[in-house]
Amino acid sequence: MANQKIKTNDVILQTVTQIILFIIIIFSIYLFFAGHNAPGGGFIGGLMTASAIVLLLIAFDIKTVKKIIPINYILLTSIGLMIAVLSGVGSFFYNESFLSHTFDHFHLPLLGETELATATIFDLGVYLVVIGVTMTIIQTIGETE
Amino acid sequence: MIVISKIVIGYLILQGALLSLISSIGIIRLPDIYTRNHAASKSATLGIISILLGVFLDFWIVEGYMNARIILGIIFVFCTAPVAGHLISRAAYNTGIPMSEKTVKDDLRAKKKRSVQ
Repeated sequence: MANQKIKTNDVILQTVTQIILFIIIIFSIYLFFAGHNAPGGGFIGGLMTASAIVLLLIAFDIKTVKKIIPINYILLTSIGLMIAVLSGVGSFFYNESFLSHTFDHFHLPLLGETELATATIFDLGVYLVVIGVTMTIIQTIGETE
Repeated sequence: MIVISKIVIGYLILQGALLSLISSIGIIRLPDIYTRNHAASKSATLGIISILLGVFLDFWIVEGYMNARIILGIIFVFCTAPVAGHLISRAAYNTGIPMSEKTVKDDLRAKKKRSVQ
């Protein structure tokens, strides 16, 4: 009885989670965009975002996290796979072979001269698939009694 | 300027390594889990922060490359390591792991008994 009573008082863990979560998610987004020229990319970016959600799951319970992030992760996985496949199919419209990517330089309003590559779209697919698969595994394990 | 900063950087990294060594000696030598946790979470945190600060200053001043990720890492370790120590200690107390024989006072036990009744 006493253990349960003390266990419910998670103020320190929950407060720190609310602050740390943003650092983790920002760092994962940074890793996602850094993947072209530096260590990073869709895979570890997705894993890091998933780990941020897992930290939320540790600090709060599953129902609360489902209310905060109302995402069907199986659907997210399929959307990611579709984005990855479509980024390969898109090269058919330019008479190129499957998955041949291209890049160009653009002038963006805040960022200035930026190199935008279509490989980012493929990476976005990988990112979504990694988040979806990891969270599906963890939620399935967590929900079974 | 570079020479002075190199001395400071070297001092910071040596201090961090030394604090980590002291922390690990504390984990071996201290009697029970709470004092060990005290040594591990406090001293190792400052050690890691010192090493990271030394690395950050080295890249910034000597190599001329400002790396904000190291600052983020310092903030992250500074926030999370004490919380991890707190959670480990609390889990140990709640599962009933005994303190060392030299302990003279345990206020939390009396409070827990009162809240049960």
